[in-house]
Amino acid sequence: MADTNRRSKKKPVGEKPELLRNFYEGMSLVRTFELRASEMYARAKIGGYCHLNLGEEATVVGLTAALEDRDYLYTTYRDHGYAIMRGMEPSVVMAELFGKATGVVGGWGGSMHMFDLDKRMLGGYGIVGGQIPPATGAALAISFRSEAGPESEAVMCLLGDGTTNIGAFHESLNLAGLWNLPIVYVIVNNGLGMATTVEDASAEPDLYKRGSAYRIEGTRVDGDDPIAVRDAARAALKKARVERRPSLLELMSYRLKGHSVVDPARYRSKEDTDEAKRNDPVTAFRAKLVADGVLTEKDADAIDDGADKVVTEAVAFADESPDPSIDELFDKVYSTPVANAPRRLPGEPVVVLS
Amino acid sequence: MSESASEPRIITYRQALSETLRAELERDENVFLIGEEIGVFKGSYKITAGLLEDFGPKRVVDAPIAEEGFVGAAIGAAMLGLRPVVEIMTLNFSLVAIDQIVNHAAKMHAMFGGQVKVPMVIRFPGGGGQQLAATHSQNLEVWYAHIPGLKVLAPSTPAEAKAMLTAAIRDDDPVIFLENLALYSVKGEVPDGEQVAEIGKAAVVKPGSDLTIVSYSRGMVTALQVAEEFEQKGVSIEVVDLRSLRPLDRETICASVRTTSRAVIFEDDMLSYGIGAEISATIGEGAFDYLDAPVRRVAASEVPLPYSKPLETAALPHAADLSRVVQEVLDATRFTK
Repeated sequence: MADTNRRSKKKPVGEKPELLRNFYEGMSLVRTFELRASEMYARAKIGGYCHLNLGEEATVVGLTAALEDRDYLYTTYRDHGYAIMRGMEPSVVMAELFGKATGVVGGWGGSMHMFDLDKRMLGGYGIVGGQIPPATGAALAISFRSEAGPESEAVMCLLGDGTTNIGAFHESLNLAGLWNLPIVYVIVNNGLGMATTVEDASAEPDLYKRGSAYRIEGTRVDGDDPIAVRDAARAALKKARVERRPSLLELMSYRLKGHSVVDPARYRSKEDTDEAKRNDPVTAFRAKLVADGVLTEKDADAIDDGADKVVTEAVAFADESPDPSIDELFDKVYSTPVANAPRRLPGEPVVVLS
Repeated sequence: MSESASEPRIITYRQALSETLRAELERDENVFLIGEEIGVFKGSYKITAGLLEDFGPKRVVDAPIAEEGFVGAAIGAAMLGLRPVVEIMTLNFSLVAIDQIVNHAAKMHAMFGGQVKVPMVIRFPGGGGQQLAATHSQNLEVWYAHIPGLKVLAPSTPAEAKAMLTAAIRDDDPVIFLENLALYSVKGEVPDGEQVAEIGKAAVVKPGSDLTIVSYSRGMVTALQVAEEFEQKGVSIEVVDLRSLRPLDRETICASVRTTSRAVIFEDDMLSYGIGAEISATIGEGAFDYLDAPVRRVAASEVPLPYSKPLETAALPHAADLSRVVQEVLDATRFTK
């Protein structure tokens, strides 16, 4: 097991400038998208719950960069950034937030339930820990029908720090350890489950150690460093493919804002939020790339402007898109037609004899 | 029901289930079984006897005691196109996995915009009367029957067990398959060859003209027995087997009651908010003008089921209770032959 410092001081040595630039583009896009989502929520364009990836951009970009197209991703309800970086168009992600027919799941899921079968992102999940057993089962299916090897598929399953206290986490890790499943469990430890700190929720607050009960190797990684995140995830995925062994990564991250857009996070001290701002991974990564001569300030501004343009277009697309048709209300309850499936709007007769 | 080459044999409900699992494992390489003690131990009720030996541990997966984990894992495997058939030792233990069943399996197809299918079956027996006390004797199928996205089947005979399990395994949606401890050794005629039931359809298994008894699963054994008793007294009872608790075939129920004008519902589950309550309301809306008497329900007493045999017997509905209520309905309408 490795316990690295939360903030790695290493420069991204040996990475191609083009890749570093791509990483910054991704982080800037996620940041811009989430800030605009917050704004759209305040303007009542978005309903329900809305959890943002603000502060988690390096993790989002690093993890999705480690995945191959053939891999499967399961994530939590804090999923917009993952959806975009897994390849969904920002416009259809925004349209989903707006509840429109053009959204990634046609307005059926909203913020917490981004899903794209072709991109192999098998869902954001709104029930804490609910994604972990199905993700484990997806890894079982991979084992069931294919051999281990560098070309194998693998599963990545994200979860939050609070989720490591739920039974589904422990049952799933036990199954994955027992059955040698090709899966990487990734804890995004942003320090808080809603308002409860990791120390107040977990008897073992070094969460990466929790895999040891199941003989699953755990590694703690600086979640603000997209390169470190990518490398750790890539190594764990390789182990899943080649050795058919599960891994547990703990990415030390930080939530820049409240649990969801409606949470002002008054339970956090000023020192705490000031430190979060100082360590903002997007500005830190930008500063690092400028300092290393990878980007000029002008380049970085141009990237930010580009992200702004994409997100502005996404909002326009979402705004102009049609609502789903009420005629389709009952069409997706079952995947195959079945006799006597109820198709009644409220107040309509229960029995219609033919 | 589609069928080919039907030559009936007399086998038990258990054997019908076991043969069907074997046939589907042979027919489709994506089918696999998963559950507690289904392999080496051959299943708590021996439904899976012999299957581990013949299909190996990849197709017959012994899972640790972790219902939420392995039911959820089956969901994930189904999302990737496999067809898991999960055995949970009894309905009672399915409650440990209810988040995965209700919040996940039932929701995924709709909530993910119709992109993913969850073709899986979750089998478990319900039922009291075996002196297993409160936590091991429940009939909570109505919990699952309440949930859109699930299909809930409850076969009452070996033939139905075969045709409905075949349909369930081949179906592309999550199916809750309710068995019953007291039915496993019940024998009946089962046609040879492929039998595939239509999900969502009830059946009039005994025609009659004077009163309709509606039941399902083990309740059907009692319903048919009582119908036969009344037949001998010259009263013609129609018996409707629900077979599918979700979707519910309201039309068949109402059509029957429109002919007989009297209805009694018999269920092992508890009365309040139960299957019988739903059917009674359905008859109230779909056959009110045809009714000669209020619809009556015969259901279990609303107590945690006791261990003591006399107490357990008193709490559960029996043939004598059904006979008495049928007679009361007939008397209330001044029925004469």
